[in-house]
Amino acid sequence: MPKAATSSKTNTKTAKVSANGAGKTNGKVSEESEFTDFVEVEQAKVEYNERLISQIASIKKTDNQLLRDMLYQMVLGRRFEEKCAEVYRMGKIGGFCHLYIGQEAIGVGSMMALKPTDMVITSYRDHVQAMIKGLTPESVMAELYGKEGGCVGGKGGSMHMFSKEHEFYGGHGIVGGQIGIGTGMAYAAKYKGTDQVTLCFFGEAAVNQGIFHESLNMAQLWKLPCIFICENNQYGMGTSQARAMSSRSIAKKGDAYEMANEFVDGMDVMAVRDATLRAIARARKDGSPTLLEVRAYRYMGHSMSDPGNYRTRDEIKKYQERDPIVLFMDSLKEAKVFGDKDFEKIESQAAEAVAAAVKFADESPLPNESELFTHVYAD
Amino acid sequence: MAVLTIRDALNQALREELLRDENVFVMGEEVAEYDGAYKVTRGLWKEFGDRRVVDTPITELGFAAVGVGAAMAGLRPVIEFMTWNFSILAADQIINHAAKMLYMSGGQFKVPIVFRGPNGSAYQVSSQHSQALEAFYANFPGLKVVMPSTAADAKGLLKSAIRDDNPIVFLEQERMYGNKGEVPDDDDFTIPLGVADVKREGTDCTIVARSMTVPLALQAAELIQKEFDVSVEVIDPRTIKPLDTETIINSVKKTNRLVIAEESHYFASVGAEISHTVMEHAFDYLDAPVKRISTAEAPNPYAKNLEALALPDVAKIVAAVKEVCYL
Repeated sequence: MPKAATSSKTNTKTAKVSANGAGKTNGKVSEESEFTDFVEVEQAKVEYNERLISQIASIKKTDNQLLRDMLYQMVLGRRFEEKCAEVYRMGKIGGFCHLYIGQEAIGVGSMMALKPTDMVITSYRDHVQAMIKGLTPESVMAELYGKEGGCVGGKGGSMHMFSKEHEFYGGHGIVGGQIGIGTGMAYAAKYKGTDQVTLCFFGEAAVNQGIFHESLNMAQLWKLPCIFICENNQYGMGTSQARAMSSRSIAKKGDAYEMANEFVDGMDVMAVRDATLRAIARARKDGSPTLLEVRAYRYMGHSMSDPGNYRTRDEIKKYQERDPIVLFMDSLKEAKVFGDKDFEKIESQAAEAVAAAVKFADESPLPNESELFTHVYAD
Repeated sequence: MAVLTIRDALNQALREELLRDENVFVMGEEVAEYDGAYKVTRGLWKEFGDRRVVDTPITELGFAAVGVGAAMAGLRPVIEFMTWNFSILAADQIINHAAKMLYMSGGQFKVPIVFRGPNGSAYQVSSQHSQALEAFYANFPGLKVVMPSTAADAKGLLKSAIRDDNPIVFLEQERMYGNKGEVPDDDDFTIPLGVADVKREGTDCTIVARSMTVPLALQAAELIQKEFDVSVEVIDPRTIKPLDTETIINSVKKTNRLVIAEESHYFASVGAEISHTVMEHAFDYLDAPVKRISTAEAPNPYAKNLEALALPDVAKIVAAVKEVCYL
């Protein structure tokens, strides 16, 4: 289990992908990365230092309390998901369970750039994003346990967290289905004349579905304030992007719709935040949509039932060495915003929150049997 | 009462609901500038403009999804499929998303949306444009399925569907758009969903028909009356889901005989469901096995003679009534 330590090393022959988006994106830009499997040690060090420098520059422009909240949400997300893996193995969680470990910078960097009234919709890898949008760890864990205290009363489970109160339009289980729905949410915002922006998350495998094309075409055609965030974790279940997609760049697909697009380093929370802020500005200004390809890496299997035999331990390790939480902590330290004591505090606060969530989920009763037939139809 | 075609009755319903509720909008292929592929939306774009009456690209899955998302975010979309055959491209949104959203979200997100358009056969349009899909959609909890057969029903049911907070599959019939009937003038005229209508009262045999087979069943009933002095009751459920089983069961208890006439294929049809319901609740009242008239178990053919052979017609319904009445 990867732990975000407070220091990191990049002295191995690391990094599969030259994630060169950090600090270089501006407006309608597509960054292209190569498909080469390994980069040189020296290059990896340079990249790491580049990221650190760009993060520190962004950090200095950002409010300290927000930075703290961002780090807390990343750490909470990591610890929460680690706990999910643990209790899943104990049989406390049933069905599918897709973990977000390794991708925290994407959810935190993008969603924490929103206003509370902005809308979010996502795929089945939704626990951490639900919490970032404001759902309590208790209500998410209890949902995973299939308990009455869950955010949807135990009817949805891992893949279907929702909260109307927090403008969280759900985790959705059909790959790509939510891309069209997110487009419709943005349509409603434009129709009603609100300033709401919709963040619509999906994985890179969803890009191969027809709904991706249909949605982006309409969003640009009708100028809908939707930010399409492709969380490129590089694997659609057990199939790598290289084996599933004829072209390497997802961001560049935006050009086909004349849609603003950027490639973003998903290990860099501040780069994600900065790119999202640019997209939000476009959306609020004239309703223009944006396609962001945010590349990260899923440390765990596709779901808890996936042993991950299609990739090597080494490959996973290389990404863990570029861990988004470690990088963020290093940058915060370097920028002299926070120190080890602050990190320890955040860690213990997250641990408490996770423990409280598990306790709540354990104690919450099973849904009443009468719930089987409620909410089938609206009255 | 004005005499209107079903097409114009639907148009009135749309217009009145657009006027009544700012959150209602109409979206689909050719619904705006072209005035609708079958002219159901005629004049609406001129009156309401681009914002309320929206032409889409040919992108059924996409605009169905836009409708679902917009409905979740508080609007009341009316999504037109040029024909329901094309809805199969959008079935993921209708079945996997719209039908389940309220449930999966623990009651938090309603999806008040109407999907509408012509269902079933037209005139010699062959296999891919002639399917009746009510059984398919009626199988999924969360959806309501509506099938009007008269102008008044079309208007009253569509208005109720638009005001309903659930996703509605509203199935019209291209062959029937020109059929005329009296429609109440009241612009607040609605017909509740889930209530069957007795289109013709009778005492000796019940025909349950819907959509295209309702006028056929009524003609069959007249012929049987004249030729055999047998009194046939014709029931139109109007809403397939929720189904008004009580009206059907009570009718069978009175007549003791049942024929079901429907346009969909025979296997696993709504008629099969009705037949089972009657067996379960009125078994002891039946004096003959239930008979079903459906479209032949083959993709719909183009050739005029083959198409006629495949579809239900008056003669087939008459023969079925004679069979259950042992005439």
